[in-house]
Order: sequence, then C-alpha cells, then structure tokens
Amino acid sequence: MLNTKDILETIRMIREEHLDIRTITMGISLLDCSRPDIKAACDAVYDKICRCAEDLVRTGEDIEREYGIPIINKRVSVTPIAMIEAACQTGDPVRFAHALDRAAHTVGVNFIGGYSALVHKGFAPGDYALIKSIPQALAETERVCSSVNIGSTKTGINMDAVGMMGHIIRESAELTADRDSFGAAKLVVFCNAPEDNPFMAGAFHGAGEPDCVINVGVSGPGVVRAAIAQAPEDADITQIADIIKRTAFKITRMGQLVAQETSRRLCIPFGIVDLSLAPTPAVGDSVAHILEEMGLECCGAHGTTACLAMLNDAVKKGGAMASSHVGGLSGAFIPVSEDAGMIDAARCGSLSLQKLEAMTAVCSVGLDMIAVPGDTPAEVLSGIIADEAAIGMVNSKTTAVRLIPAIGKNAGDELEFGGLFGSAPIMEVNRYSPARFINRGGRIPAPIQSLKN
Amino acid sequence: MRAVITVIGKDMVGILAAVSGICAEVGVNVTEVSQSIMQDLFAMIMLVDLSGSTIPFLELGSRLDKYGEESGLSVRVMHEDLFNSMHRI
Repeated sequence: MLNTKDILETIRMIREEHLDIRTITMGISLLDCSRPDIKAACDAVYDKICRCAEDLVRTGEDIEREYGIPIINKRVSVTPIAMIEAACQTGDPVRFAHALDRAAHTVGVNFIGGYSALVHKGFAPGDYALIKSIPQALAETERVCSSVNIGSTKTGINMDAVGMMGHIIRESAELTADRDSFGAAKLVVFCNAPEDNPFMAGAFHGAGEPDCVINVGVSGPGVVRAAIAQAPEDADITQIADIIKRTAFKITRMGQLVAQETSRRLCIPFGIVDLSLAPTPAVGDSVAHILEEMGLECCGAHGTTACLAMLNDAVKKGGAMASSHVGGLSGAFIPVSEDAGMIDAARCGSLSLQKLEAMTAVCSVGLDMIAVPGDTPAEVLSGIIADEAAIGMVNSKTTAVRLIPAIGKNAGDELEFGGLFGSAPIMEVNRYSPARFINRGGRIPAPIQSLKN
Repeated sequence: MRAVITVIGKDMVGILAAVSGICAEVGVNVTEVSQSIMQDLFAMIMLVDLSGSTIPFLELGSRLDKYGEESGLSVRVMHEDLFNSMHRI
C-alpha cells in the first residue's frame, strides 16, 4: 500500500501549503487564420480558439476534482497576432484583441496571451501597427495579454523597439489610470522570450510550436518554504539545496501527471511542464519567505541574490528529473505585487529596484509587477528595459520587464489590483535621464558567446 | 481504477462505518484502511477499488463531501495516481 506518511504529506501540501497547478495553458496556432480581410481573419481566429479550447475548462475542472489538486487557471496562448495581422491589407489591429477577448469569454479562460510581436531584430509588416495598438487593446479588453520580444542572445537588442516600448508602457498605464493603471500589468517586454511559456502575461504560442499543445505551469513556494522550515536549525546550505530539490521533484511530478492527463483527455499533444515557483499574494505562498527561511532577516538584504541563485538552480535540478519535457520560463518568479513577502520587503525599504535587477540575473523572468512613480518618463522606462534585456542577452536567459507606471501616484503610495495580482508599493527609480542613449535607436550587436568573464 | 479516501478531523464514533457504508452502497470495495494522528487530528486513509462502482467517480466525491460537511470532517477522495507519481520513481 501507499505509505501513510506520503499520503498525509500530499494532503498537507494541498491543504496548508497552497500546493497547486498554477495554470493549464493551451497553445493554439493561428497561422492558418491569416486573411487579407481583417474581419474574416478575426472571425477565423475566434472560431479556431473556440473550437480547440471548447473543452479545456471543463476538463481542467474534472481533473481538479478527480485528483484533488487545485488547478487555479485555465488559459490560452496564441500565435503572435502581429504575424496574423501582417496579412491584412487594412484595418485596426485592435479588432483582433476584441476577437481574442470574446473567444476567452466564450471558452471561459481567465486570460489569453498572444497579442504580441517579435521584433528582436527589426520590425516586419504588422509589427509596428500592432505595437502601436497595444495600449488601446489592453484598455478596451479584459482578458487579453500582450508581450513584445525586443532582444535575444543571438540577435542583440533592438533599441528602436526598446525606445518605443517605454512610451507604450506609459500609454497603457495612462489609458487605464482609472483602474490603477492595470493595462500595464498585462504587458510584458521580453528578451529571449520562450515560445512555450504557459504563464501570463507573457504567454504566446511560438511559430515553431505544433498546431495545438498543452503546457502546464506548476507552483508551490509555500511547500518549499515549509520543507525548509522543517530542516534542523543547524542544517548547512547543501542540505537546504537537497530539500528544495526533493520538494521540487514532487511538485513537478504532480504537474507532469496533470499535463499528461489533460493531454490524453483532450487528445492534444503534451508540450512542456514549466518548473516554476510562482507566488501569490496569499500568506504562505511567497518566494521571498523561502529566501527568509534560508536565513535572511528580510528579502532584499545582502545575500538575497545568492539565496535566490541556489533556490532557482535547485528547483530546476529537482524538477528536470520529474518531467519528460521541461520548458517555458522554469525558475523562481519574483513579481513584487504578487508576493506577500516581496510586498513587505518593498514597503519596509529592504527591497529596492536595484536589488531586484541583480536578482533577475540569477532567476527566471525579470522585473515583474513593479509599480513605479506615475511621472516616470518613457525614456527612463526604456532605460530599465534596456538594462534588463542586456542581462538576459549576455547571460543567455529569458528576462522580462512588467512595469506599472502608477499614474497620479508617487513613491510610497500603493496600487491595489486585488486577486492574484495583489498590491504594489510604488518604488523609487533613478531620475537621471538615459534619453540621449535611448533616442539613438539602432541595435545593440549580439554578444560574443565565448571568452566568458 | 483505485483511489485514496482520506478523512481528517476530530475523532468520533462511527467514522469508519459511515465512510465504508457509503462505499458499500455503490459497490466500491475498500481494500486497505489505516489510521493515524496528524497534528492532534484524526486521520484515516482508505485505499478503495472503484472497478465495481455503480456511480461515476465525481458522484462518489460529492457523497463523501456531503458526509464530511455534515460531520465537520475533511473528507477527500483522490485518484491513486497522484500519490504514485509524487512519491514513487
């Protein structure tokens, strides 16, 4: 028989430590929906999503009940809309956003990602118009998420796009100023964007992906923290790393099971499991608290980057063995507004934007869900994007920026999004201007990949 | 298909009888039972075989939920594969 201790451990993880599957995301290719007429293209997009994802939510709920595992989100990611829109002779790309939003409501998913453009080397037809339309699209729709890839290790960084995105982020915040600038929370700027990421707001379905695929994102910061808390007081850091690996293995096996089962029931191929520690604002579900459990007085203290590097690596080592296909972002997330420990650390002044930037060099994602003063100039936002993209480009990793300029508010105030998005203390930014650098435009050449120092 | 039923809560008379009664009514065979104490709480674990079940899995879940609610216990029924995948290589 199964070991009683193991069974009770699983139950405890789910009941008390917030173990869950964070998302089942169905990736859908829209490449066959290109039409010269924008209305016909939007109809084709709507129809295809509704056809493919018709049973996604119900199947997720069935698995949730049968296996007793909470599955928090069911979502859809689609081919970057700029690729589809490129074929349209005329028309406003926002119409695609409305089609996506309608499809999301029809199939019952809470977010749909892919109002996106990949411009890491330059702008192709469709890209420019789509990026320009992002603020309006995010303001006028509820569930659509947008992302733009502006750099990669192989191509360097498109500084024209970086300059543009500073303005787009500001505009997205301004158009939703009455909703705590929430538009900007649905927009991610990437360097080295993964094509199979199941997590929002940066999910899209890459051009190299199959027609339809199931990707699963696991979570479980609370489980990791609780496991470390049970370690002896004098455990050394090697022992802590082992505990994290073992825990990550168990969490990921659950994700693998759910991914395979969803794939089997929907007759859609299984893509990847994203091995992530995705926090929520709920007490006990925080990545910052894991770092504090390792021995930091407060997240952001000196030593934070080292602890995070070890955590991120151990999660990957444990998870990689538990899943047959690993992908997406895979690592610890550090979204400030979505993590109770990060929120506290930012409020008390221990966690600064500079420290967060350093942390992004060793963990998954990047500067995520960070509120900055409402009067931050677009060039400063672009400067932050450029810095973050440079970290990703040089280190051959994904980095992202999801900043929320809090229109009408200043450092020390807070934005309140509620739900999984939490609340964000507004953090001070360096006010010296990078405008001349940003306005130069052009491309930062791709970095050399040897002579590493 | 096999599943694991767990009952967690304050110990009282008749839990085993009630849960196995619900199973028997619908042809679900109890193959193993164990009990232990978890953080001052009573915890009973049953391994059940659902191959002869006369009702769908989710219906069994809601019947057990109903019993749990009435008696202030947390009663769950979960597919055995979850535990196998998490705890066995």
